[in-house]
Amino acid sequence: MKAINLPEPEKPIPNLSVSNNQGLLQWISSVDHKQIGIMYLWLSVLFLVAAGCEILLVRIQLAVPNNHFLNPEVYNQLFTMHGTTMIFFVAMPAIFGFNTYLVPLMIGANDMAYPRLNAFSFWMTFFGGLLLYFSFLAGGAPDAGWFNYAPLNQYNYSSSPGVDYYCSGLLIAGIGTVTASANFVVTILKYRVNSMSLKQMPLFVWMILINSFLILAAFPSLNAALVMLLFDRQLHAHFFSVQGGGSAILWQHLFWLFGHPEVYIVILPAFGIFSEVFPVYSRKPIFGYTFIIASGMAIALLAFGVWIHHMFATGLGNTVNSFFAASSMLIGIPTGVKIFNWLATMHGGAIRFKVSMMFAIAFLIEFTIGGLTGISFTLVPIDWQLTDTYYVVAHLHFVFIGGTLFGLFSGLFYWFPKMSGRMLDEKLSKWFFWLFVLGFNTTFLVQHALGAMGMARRVYTYPDLPGWGILNLISTIGGFMMAIATGLLVFIIITALKTGEKATRDPWDANTLEWTTSSPPGLKNFDFVIPVKSTRPFRDLKRPDDADWKKTDNNG
Amino acid sequence: MIVTLYLSAINKAQSIFDSASPQAEKINRLSYGFLTVAAGVLLLVVVLTVYITIKFRSKENASEPRQITGNRKLEILMVSFPMVLVVIFFFWSLNTMNAINPDRAGQKSDIIITGHQWWWEAVYPGSKVITANEIHLPTGRKLLLQLNSADVIHDWWVPSFGAKMDMIPGMDNFLWVTIDKPGIYEGTCSEFCGEQHAWMRIMVVAQNPADYNKWLLAHTIKTTIPNDSLANKGEVIFMNSSCSSCHSIQGTVAAGMEGPNLTHFASRQTMLSGMMDNNPQNVEKWLTNPQKIKPGAHMPRFIFSKDSVRAITAYLTQLK
Repeated sequence: MKAINLPEPEKPIPNLSVSNNQGLLQWISSVDHKQIGIMYLWLSVLFLVAAGCEILLVRIQLAVPNNHFLNPEVYNQLFTMHGTTMIFFVAMPAIFGFNTYLVPLMIGANDMAYPRLNAFSFWMTFFGGLLLYFSFLAGGAPDAGWFNYAPLNQYNYSSSPGVDYYCSGLLIAGIGTVTASANFVVTILKYRVNSMSLKQMPLFVWMILINSFLILAAFPSLNAALVMLLFDRQLHAHFFSVQGGGSAILWQHLFWLFGHPEVYIVILPAFGIFSEVFPVYSRKPIFGYTFIIASGMAIALLAFGVWIHHMFATGLGNTVNSFFAASSMLIGIPTGVKIFNWLATMHGGAIRFKVSMMFAIAFLIEFTIGGLTGISFTLVPIDWQLTDTYYVVAHLHFVFIGGTLFGLFSGLFYWFPKMSGRMLDEKLSKWFFWLFVLGFNTTFLVQHALGAMGMARRVYTYPDLPGWGILNLISTIGGFMMAIATGLLVFIIITALKTGEKATRDPWDANTLEWTTSSPPGLKNFDFVIPVKSTRPFRDLKRPDDADWKKTDNNG
Repeated sequence: MIVTLYLSAINKAQSIFDSASPQAEKINRLSYGFLTVAAGVLLLVVVLTVYITIKFRSKENASEPRQITGNRKLEILMVSFPMVLVVIFFFWSLNTMNAINPDRAGQKSDIIITGHQWWWEAVYPGSKVITANEIHLPTGRKLLLQLNSADVIHDWWVPSFGAKMDMIPGMDNFLWVTIDKPGIYEGTCSEFCGEQHAWMRIMVVAQNPADYNKWLLAHTIKTTIPNDSLANKGEVIFMNSSCSSCHSIQGTVAAGMEGPNLTHFASRQTMLSGMMDNNPQNVEKWLTNPQKIKPGAHMPRFIFSKDSVRAITAYLTQLK
């Protein structure tokens, strides 16, 4: 089997007195997909710490009723930055980090299709994030919420430059996101090892392929809205200002036409990770390979027809609302049924309780909770009661943390040995798992009740109504438990990098191509790639008598 | 009477399940139906997860388990079962929507409520009454509320009444509500509307039709002129300094429309949209430095002398 060779300098260029090891410069100037992937992941950790600190301040403010720890101006900046950062500069870079690192390895390629574009994408994200955070020094961070509704985002209601930085930062990062997605599409479609057909691609790669098309179709709407808003604020245009003949509701349409697909953009890669993790730790093939791909595609298509469910309370009328209620219920089916695919994958298997698998199992339950509360919003009258309350805050964190973040953690514990060549301390990692899961549930379960009890979201303080104080205090305590757990995780990672046990090439007895190369892979990923004749080429190699491609009863 | 109602209201939280209108009751029935099915689904997932992870945990030196890649029949079942649930709940939800939000069919609104940063204005069509923040509504009658905004998007939400509805500048939104029985109902602005979104709380005083009409009549009548010298001095300051350019008091020259209408200010239980009790001490604090009490509020700090503050307070607290 012939590997795809990407011309790479294997010997130092003669007569050039530059050392091979350039330290930081080597990272900054890198076009290697593995280094860029790792930089994406560290960028994500950096912003996770920032957004985490922001929300801890917010939770301190909310710990008791009528608190004066933060003034409303600062509070509004902090929760806006928390949401914006977590979506655009934590979730997205973390996902792109895994994608960039793993996609070439999993399809038997030596790099991305466009290595320099890959570096460009990363640096756009990096500088977009820095620009957003520069607003703190430039007169005030954005303060109109992460979805930044008009006309509150207009100059006369938010006169600090924060919203301008929001527009510019997200635009720049958005360019990086779009170029990265184009890069993934080309890499996956054109750079697979010759013998790998689309139907033999790992599910993670499938999800990234679908996801990249989602990004390419969804981000233009956001980018257009951001430019229009910048025109409004800087050039006195009137797209969203009602006094000038604009429309306040237009912003919501443009934003959610991006915003709802974005929800799936951050969950599909997690679904891809789980579809790798469940089979490996259950020692069984995935249950319903084709079904998972088809449901991923169904999600991607339906994702563009559900955005009004963020706007059921804007008074668009029963006809419009019922159409989008139906489409939103429908998208719940391919999303929810996957839970049963993964359960069926475990059924009859030999389950190994590694931390990666524990996050995957916890995800099944947490994501079901978040999914069910999500379905409750498709019942329009229930949405009319509960939208814009703490119930929504609870719901979205159950899907973002219980879904996306648990997926990223599961992926981290699964692929860390491959990326670093070191094993993570399994015992400490289990402590981290339990502390984080406990903290997460402590923080957000009670918020469902707070919403039903009438607490609106985004309030900087609240009156001392019966039950509100104690539930908020519980939530704050849970938030700090998650913070401590995250600190522990950073400690575990750093100790592993310094003194961790060396990882073998294939520590989990896995199935896919990335495990056939060394841990960590060399600058050139593969010298040769093993033949790919099924979705589990490495297993075929390890168990030639029971190879998947020899079987005909392929139900998947 | 209002005081006792107020006390009874603040003694218990008003959640979405404490319905006080047929509209909220219909949503409740749907919510209970949904909760039952959702609990069933969650239970199924939890039981399966726990059962499978315990039953199929890896044993020492076990050989590789059977390699099953799928099962068409099971997959079809996994899709069709939720499909049935979706159809049932879609029509249930649709019926509820149509019942609580029927076509207006040209009916005139009974009350016009306008959201401002950060207070509520209520206009009663057919009378000259305009109030702020404490909104009186009659019970037993199907009311059509018209919801508008003067600046950014706000949202009207009283959990006991059922649905919430956005107030969007440039749009007229409507909401039906039939209040079952008299009482004080609390709610809050539910769309983030800027710095003081937290203190944009709603208080609805629901009265039986007789009491309501009495209240409406009392508010149609001009405010009684205060009868002590301090209050009179306060009135003069109010009318001659900037106060009157933003606030209205019926029967006087004060006709500003920017701030809350203060015609019967002293009859209200709370001030600043539920932020604090309405008493002379708080009014004095507010007049001394509004930006310290409610930062960002659109009332600037006027440098009144202590005597002036006391005089204006005396005047305002007599506007029963």
